[in-house]
Amino acid sequence: MSSHVTPKKTYFAVFGTLMALTALTVAAATVDLGGLNTVVALAIAGCKAGVVIWFFMEVRHARPMTRLTVAAGILWLVIMLILLSSDYISRGWLGRSQGW
Amino acid sequence: MNAALAPPPSAPPPAETPTHYLNANYGFRSWMFTLDHKRIALLYLASITLFFFIGGFYAVMLRLELVTPAGDLMSAENYNKSFTMHGVMMVFFFLIPSIPAVLGNFLIPLMIGARDLAFPRLNLLSWYIYMAGGMLTLYAMVAGGVDTGWTMYTPYSTTYSNSHVMVMAVGIFINGFSSILTGLNFIVTIHKMRAPGLTWFRLPLFVWAHYATSVIQVLGTPVIAITILLVALERGFGFGFFDPKLGGDPILFQHLFWFYSHPAVYIMILPSMGVVSELVTCFSRKKVFGYKFIAMSSVAIAVFGFLVWGHHMFVSGQSIYAGMIFSFLSFLVGIPSAIKVFNWTATMYKGSISYHTPMLYVFGFIGLFTIGGLTGLIVANLGLDVHLHDTYFIVAHFHYIMVGGAVMGYLGGIHFWWPKITGRLYPEGWARFSALVLFVGFNLTFFPQFLVGYLGMPRRYHAYPEEFQVFNVMSSAGASILGLGYLIPMIYLTWSWRYGKLAPPNPWGAKGLEWTTPSPPTTFNFEETPVVTEEAYAYAQEQETEESH
Repeated sequence: MSSHVTPKKTYFAVFGTLMALTALTVAAATVDLGGLNTVVALAIAGCKAGVVIWFFMEVRHARPMTRLTVAAGILWLVIMLILLSSDYISRGWLGRSQGW
Repeated sequence: MNAALAPPPSAPPPAETPTHYLNANYGFRSWMFTLDHKRIALLYLASITLFFFIGGFYAVMLRLELVTPAGDLMSAENYNKSFTMHGVMMVFFFLIPSIPAVLGNFLIPLMIGARDLAFPRLNLLSWYIYMAGGMLTLYAMVAGGVDTGWTMYTPYSTTYSNSHVMVMAVGIFINGFSSILTGLNFIVTIHKMRAPGLTWFRLPLFVWAHYATSVIQVLGTPVIAITILLVALERGFGFGFFDPKLGGDPILFQHLFWFYSHPAVYIMILPSMGVVSELVTCFSRKKVFGYKFIAMSSVAIAVFGFLVWGHHMFVSGQSIYAGMIFSFLSFLVGIPSAIKVFNWTATMYKGSISYHTPMLYVFGFIGLFTIGGLTGLIVANLGLDVHLHDTYFIVAHFHYIMVGGAVMGYLGGIHFWWPKITGRLYPEGWARFSALVLFVGFNLTFFPQFLVGYLGMPRRYHAYPEEFQVFNVMSSAGASILGLGYLIPMIYLTWSWRYGKLAPPNPWGAKGLEWTTPSPPTTFNFEETPVVTEEAYAYAQEQETEESH
């Protein structure tokens, strides 16, 4: 285990960042960006998850094996999202007769 | 592998009743609060056997109903509930925990020279969580059952089904945590607790297979857990995830469900492949052919297994372009599977093969898994799948993998390590007979289903046209033989636990640290930490030594 002690101000900074990003999510939802609304919301959510993993979960002080484990989880999520997107992006390409 | 114990063991004088993990202490509490991985494995053995026979009971009901074309034994609704309970019990409560939770739990510490798993309390907690999930699912069954099929497709499961979907969903959700914790325990144990000298490429292939399985369990199971939670939220509170009326997408459920549930097939089959790797070397008296390829193919199967889920959805409304990608990727997963099969057969080539019961199960596994795998390539084909989807061809295909593959490996492993687990030998004649009965019964049950499925009989109907009856009668007759093939081992294994001949530490002359311990092992497995000085499966060296004499 890492013996690193994180100062309280880091946690407050993480909390402030998460609140600010939440406000940004709400604000972005009120602007009509068409299909980009989802992309923006997911991007902000991704940033929030990154902040939690890196600072709150102390991955920045973790050993390489722990970081590799975290990376594996993120890689699996990316695999799922990319292959899911392959369906959602191309489902309308054949016009109204979607899929078969 | 042989272990040079440090310091070299001095043979203790034979005690009349040596203390081992079974007689170290007695009583209900000693089992319910045990932290010994071997006892926890036995708790799992008893539990999964119970769930197997419950699932088997429903299989009997299904096959009895299908003897005649008319739906005369049970109503369509009860038939739906029966195949749901059969699937849920067999998949979530028998197949997925079968080899990892029983044999993996028992053997991994023994195989790597450890005294227990990394987190013994977590291990016991896994079993309790598993039982809690199982009991809740049984409650759903007793309370009236569930009619969604084990796949719980939306929006039927979230909106229209009037059965106990929520209870069963929560049961499966809870059970998922057991799987995650077991996988986590194995990963940490294999990383941190290997004996001195036991490098990664000296590990038994059984351990490699369980490592790959654990990765799937840890990375995949949370997805099904969250998916089930979403079903519960939609059903209970009207959140719109999957129901089009609420703005959801029913196909999203299928994506999330199969993202876990296809790799779950590899949770079932990879440990079985690990068992086969151990057995084929021992009973061929030969070093395994292509150790690194078999080890890495386990990892490759775990990775590729996550890329192919869309082949369950070719006709569900998924984009045809995504279907093409999933079809291509599905063909790729055949490569590491084929590597294993070729390497096992190459291991047998010019080996000194003996036909003990575990090896008979290996032969059964290789043949049946190959048929299951090759028919998998057929249904991975976009065009053919349009015809075969949701027919009995699919039912036959996955039973060849999940029963012909996974269960054959499980039974082979149970027989192989039975002397180590119980300290008793099973009756070899009965065991060989039952292996043969199982093989015949299995093929008679499921091969006709390939034919009747190809001819167009859909799955999940309790009535069917008369021209399909001959195949269904064959299948039901086979199922009765198959049932006998499961009952016979149940009887003689139970008998042998009390009355079987006492087993020596290594009755098969097998390699591996587990065979250096007494049968049954002591509570903490090894008196001294073993030091490994050889690569795995050094049978060739043994042969050379014998020849030089």
